[in-house]
Amino acid sequence: MEPAPVYLDNNATTRCDPKVVEAMIPFFSEQFGNASSMHAFGAEVGGALAKARKQLQALLGAEFDHEIIYTSGGTEADNMAIMSALETQGDRDEIVTSAVEHPAVLSLVAHLEKTGRAKVHIIGVDAKGRLDMEAYRKALGPKTAIVSIMWANNETGTIFPVEQLAELAHQAGALFHTDAVQAAGKIPIDMATNEIDMLSLSGHKLHGPKGIGALYARKGTRLRPLIRGGHQERGRRAGTENAPAIIGLGKAAELAMEHMADEQTRVAGLRDRLEKGLLQQIGNSFVTGDPDNRLPNTANVAFEYIEGEAILLLMNRQGIAASSGSACTSGSLEPSHVLRAMNVPYTAAHGAIRFSFSRENGDADVDRVLEVMPEIIGKLREMSPFWRERDNQAFNPTYA
Amino acid sequence: MWEYSEKVKDYFFNPKNSGVLEGADGVGDVGAISCGDALRLMIKVDPETQIITDARFQTFGCGSAIASSSALTELIIGKTIEEAMKISNQDIADFLGGLPPEKMHCSVMGYEALQAAVANYRGEEWVDDHEEGALICKCFGIDEGMIERTVRSNGLTSVDEITNYTKAGGGCSTCAEGIEGVLERVNAEMVAEGLLAAEKAFVPGVVPRKVKEKKVVRTDAAAKAPLTTLQKIKIIEQTLEEIRPSLQRDGGDCELVDVEGNRVIVKLTGACVGCHLSSATIEGVQARLVEAVGVPLIVIPAAPVH
Repeated sequence: MEPAPVYLDNNATTRCDPKVVEAMIPFFSEQFGNASSMHAFGAEVGGALAKARKQLQALLGAEFDHEIIYTSGGTEADNMAIMSALETQGDRDEIVTSAVEHPAVLSLVAHLEKTGRAKVHIIGVDAKGRLDMEAYRKALGPKTAIVSIMWANNETGTIFPVEQLAELAHQAGALFHTDAVQAAGKIPIDMATNEIDMLSLSGHKLHGPKGIGALYARKGTRLRPLIRGGHQERGRRAGTENAPAIIGLGKAAELAMEHMADEQTRVAGLRDRLEKGLLQQIGNSFVTGDPDNRLPNTANVAFEYIEGEAILLLMNRQGIAASSGSACTSGSLEPSHVLRAMNVPYTAAHGAIRFSFSRENGDADVDRVLEVMPEIIGKLREMSPFWRERDNQAFNPTYA
Repeated sequence: MWEYSEKVKDYFFNPKNSGVLEGADGVGDVGAISCGDALRLMIKVDPETQIITDARFQTFGCGSAIASSSALTELIIGKTIEEAMKISNQDIADFLGGLPPEKMHCSVMGYEALQAAVANYRGEEWVDDHEEGALICKCFGIDEGMIERTVRSNGLTSVDEITNYTKAGGGCSTCAEGIEGVLERVNAEMVAEGLLAAEKAFVPGVVPRKVKEKKVVRTDAAAKAPLTTLQKIKIIEQTLEEIRPSLQRDGGDCELVDVEGNRVIVKLTGACVGCHLSSATIEGVQARLVEAVGVPLIVIPAAPVH
């Protein structure tokens, strides 16, 4: 019998929980009304949307439900937060962000800088992926419009001290935004007890549907819509509400709260057991990121002297799904910007594999990976000229 | 996920001739760990016949790098050195049933390794083109000689192709201008040598200019008296040819089926089929045709053929 497939790429996307799908289904063909309409068809949808908003509000610990603005996903929420800040912050036109942000932030700020609309300060990280606090403090100033620093990194799981960072940003009079796409649903978030102004999240990273996300904007935060049109989301994000997806995200938020304790304990235990087992069985491998301060579900393990795409292809053949920061999987030719920012040597950066768990994983998944990985790594290392010559460095090719 | 041919997968999952060749007569080391791929090729050569009797490889790299290395050894074993030296990177890719464009540099690495191994066997220092010409791409250490040879042996005519084959320009991409310069010069030389058709050669900025020139000519023609049906069809055809590249970029396409009076029947294919924006596409095509021909026209999509 074929072993069951093992899905360990939950930071890329999660399986939509069947309970979420069940909650969504009636809102396609049965309760299909437009919530804005003045009739019964619309009213019943409006009620369900209000409930969904309360569910997401609870996950975030937000004081008011109107602090939530639905978007098409995390990327739109990130774009909205940054673009809005540039419009509302007067003559402040500088952005402070980190070198390990998601492209949803980094590509945008690079474009804004290139087109002369903002000056951008990119703050570096140390070998564990922790923010350079000294550089951060120095970058903040009277011209800073907004700071955007992720709550947790998607590749390594490293958690940033966003609550402290927000306080520092406020001392400089800047807005603070955090991309919490990887954090939301995995670690507790309580917006009532911090100073963060804006927060982005995405439905499909927490067992909700794709194509839905939200921007949390604290009451009183001045906003400018990214998308203009109708009066939806109190005029802050136009377009007919994506009712099934919003309702699905609400259900996903409710389920994430139910499983929060499981995520911190059992899921973290699975991750730790996988990491320990891999490092024990496979030499010349190490964990990247900050082991003391990271998401409970993420393990990023670098296997030296081999290349990530080749590892993933062999894993895929065994029915195991994970991902890699390797250049060859992205088509960009450069290894992961996150690992490069952390100064992970090239000998390891190309062979870094991210295993990301969810509540749907179990012990059998860990067993299966531990069973096949040593052979996969061994096979590729046998083929690698760097592996054989790693001690005497006799392999030194003539061109680079 | 890359779309690898069955043969690439086979040569990756079950690579032939991998490992160390003890007592090799020639060894070629190419690539670098920073680039994500590197290859050591080892060959044994019969001194009498100059036939490569055995070859092995060791590769650090992705699936297609390993498959290309293995394919190279299969291609050269049993050949004389002289025969083997005629193998191009394209031969390696062809042997594997093709490589994704972004992975063509894997086959180039195989070609390089063979040159290096043979030079090593002959007791020469393998320098090839690498010591020649300015360094163009700093991210990947690609110099002018490397770009020139790849352009020549593969008949490349665009910067994107050069990036796919050599990696040059694939990092920070600030060297795009430098690559354009080399491409322009080499293409011009190839045209002079009869290796490339003049109209295919790369000329910087030629694309937008061409469109403008055509428009001017057409407006003049349209401004004159009524067109014959043949003239009208010719202008419609010419205009559609200008529109097609932008449709093709989105995976779609459009072809002329018939012209009946002021009714122009076109067939949308590829990604245009079933695309909810296809009506907008039709409207756009109609606007362009009306502008070009200078008389009212209605564009009608032909029923798609399944």
